[in-house]
Amino acid sequence: MTTAPSGLSDPTTAAAQQSDAARTPRQPRGGAGRGTAWYRRLTPYYFLLIPVGLLLLLTFVPVLNMFWYSATDWDGLDKTKNVVGLDNYVEVFTDPDNVRVFYVSLYYFAASFLQMAIALYFATILSFRTRFRNMWKGILFFPYLINGVAIGLIFLNFLKPGGGIDTILMAAGLESLIQQWTGDPDIANFSLAGVSVWRYMGLNFVMFLGAIQSINPEIYEASDLDGANRWHQFRYIILPSIRPIIGLSLILAISGALSVFEVPFVMTGGANGTETFVIRTVWMAFNRNLVGLASAMAVVLLLIVLLVTWIQRKLIPEEEVDLT
Amino acid sequence: MIRTATTTAKYVSLVVASIVMLLPLGLILFGSFKTSQEFLSTGPMTLPADWGNIENYVTAFTRGNMLAAFGNTVFIFAMAIVGTILIGAATAYALDRFRFAGRTTVLALFLLATLVPGVTTQVATFQIINGLGLYDSRFALILIFMGTDIISIYIFLQFIRAIPKSLDEAAKIEGAGHLRIFFQIILPNLKPAIATVVIIKGIAIYNEFYLPFLYLPSKELRPISTTLFDFKGPYGSQWEIISAGVVITIIPILVLFLFLQRYIYNGFTSGATK
Repeated sequence: MTTAPSGLSDPTTAAAQQSDAARTPRQPRGGAGRGTAWYRRLTPYYFLLIPVGLLLLLTFVPVLNMFWYSATDWDGLDKTKNVVGLDNYVEVFTDPDNVRVFYVSLYYFAASFLQMAIALYFATILSFRTRFRNMWKGILFFPYLINGVAIGLIFLNFLKPGGGIDTILMAAGLESLIQQWTGDPDIANFSLAGVSVWRYMGLNFVMFLGAIQSINPEIYEASDLDGANRWHQFRYIILPSIRPIIGLSLILAISGALSVFEVPFVMTGGANGTETFVIRTVWMAFNRNLVGLASAMAVVLLLIVLLVTWIQRKLIPEEEVDLT
Repeated sequence: MIRTATTTAKYVSLVVASIVMLLPLGLILFGSFKTSQEFLSTGPMTLPADWGNIENYVTAFTRGNMLAAFGNTVFIFAMAIVGTILIGAATAYALDRFRFAGRTTVLALFLLATLVPGVTTQVATFQIINGLGLYDSRFALILIFMGTDIISIYIFLQFIRAIPKSLDEAAKIEGAGHLRIFFQIILPNLKPAIATVVIIKGIAIYNEFYLPFLYLPSKELRPISTTLFDFKGPYGSQWEIISAGVVITIIPILVLFLFLQRYIYNGFTSGATK
C-alpha cells in the first residue's frame, strides 16, 4: 500500500549506495526482523487476514446466522429471539402465498431452455463464416450489459397498452392478440420470463460461441473430407465439445430462476401473481419484519441451489475447476 | 440451391433477432426526444418531431439527480475496485506461492462460498452491516463488493500461476521482502487479470440494484440504479422523462462496450466458467 513501484531503492540502504549511482546488487539482510524463520512462516497468514476475515464476516457468518434466525420468531429488532423450531419451515411450504413463488420460478426455468436453444442456434451459425459477424454478435450480446432497472423500464414502455408490441400487432392486423401484457395474471409471468430471455440470451450465446470457436478447425476440414454436412458437424463435433458449458448454464439457469428480482420488481412490484422468491423474502424481512420466516425462505433457496450444484458436479465430472 | 436457401434463412434469422433486440431500445430512444404532448399523441413507432429536443435529458439530469448518482457510482466503484484487486491478488499470492497449514481449508472455504448466492444471505448480512454501523453508508456497498467477490479471486489465481516463480526468487536474493515482492513483482505482472476484473466488476457495480436498494435509502447517496428506479414514482406518467433517464443510464455502458468489446467478451466467458 505504501510502496510505489519505482525502482528497488529503499531509504535505509540508499545512503550506502549514493556514490555508485545505479544498481549494485544488494546483500540479503540476514538475521534481524524480517529474515527470521517465524516471520516467514507467518507471511501467508498476513496476506490472508483481511480476505478470509471478510469472507467469514460477509458470507459464512450470515449463512450460519440465517440458519439460527430461521428457527426463531425474530422480528429483526427485539433483543430476545424465541425458538420456534421448524414452524417457519412449515409455513414456507404450507402458506399458499409462499408456495406460489416456487411455482413462479418455473416460468423462468422453462424460459431458460428457450434461451439456451436460441443462444446455441446463433452461436452455431455465427461460428461459420458470416458477413458482419461482429455486428451481429454485438447486437445479440449487448442487452446483457444493460442495467436491470433500465431493462424493466424499457419493457414497461414496450408492453404497456398502446406500446410497441401493441402497435406491431395492430399494424399486422392481429388486434385480437393484444393482451394486458403485465396486468393479466395469466399472461404476466410469460411476459416477464420473455424479458428475462431477452436479457440473458446474450451471455449464453457468447459462452457457447467461445466454446465452439476453441474447437480445432482441422476437425471440421477432416469431417468435410469425410462428407459430413452441417448437421453432422453440429451433432458430432460442436455439441459434444460444448457439453460442459451447457451443464454449467443449466445450473446457472436453476439458481437464476430462483433468484429473479430486478425486472419483475421494477415492472410489476410482484403484483398480478408475479411475486418471485427474492421479492417475497425482501418484503417479509424488511417490510413485515418477519426476519425468522424470511430466513427460513432464504435457507430453503440456499439448500436448493447447493443440491442442484451437487447433482451437476456428480453428473458432469469437470476438469476445469482445479485450484491447487 | 439448398445452400442458398439455408444461407438466406440464416441471414433472415439474424435480422429478425436483431430487430427483437434493438426495437425496445429504439422506442425508448424515440420517446426520449419527444415533448410530453407529443409522447401522448403520437404512436411509439413514430419518430420524434425534433431530434434536437433535449429538454427531457436536462430534466433527468437536474431534477432526477442523475449527476449525483453518477458521482456516487464512481465513488463506490473506485473504492471497491481497489479493495477487490488487493484482496484478490493477496489471496492468490498467499495460496499460490506458499505452502502452509490450513491452506486447503482456506481453498475449500472460498470454493464453498462460490455456491452461496448473494441474494439469499442478505437477510442475515443486513444485520451485520447494521451492527457495523454502515447502514445508509456507501461503505456498506464497498465492503460487500470487495468482500464477497470470489470470481475475482479465481481469476487472479489463474493468472498468478503464469508468473514465473524465478522472478520472485530473484527479488528475494536481492533482499526484497514479501510485501515488496507482492507490490513490485506480482501486482504489475497481474495487469491482464486486473483489466479483466476491472471490466467485469465495473459493469456489475454499475448495474447492481439489490444492494443499494437495501442499504442506501438516502436520496443523496443513491447510485445510478436506484436513482433511475426513483423515476417511476414522480415521473410515473411522464414516459418521455423516464426514457431520457434510461438512455442516460445506457450510454456509458454502450461506449465502454464499443471500445472494449474484445476484453468484455473474454472477461465474461472466463468469469462465467470461473
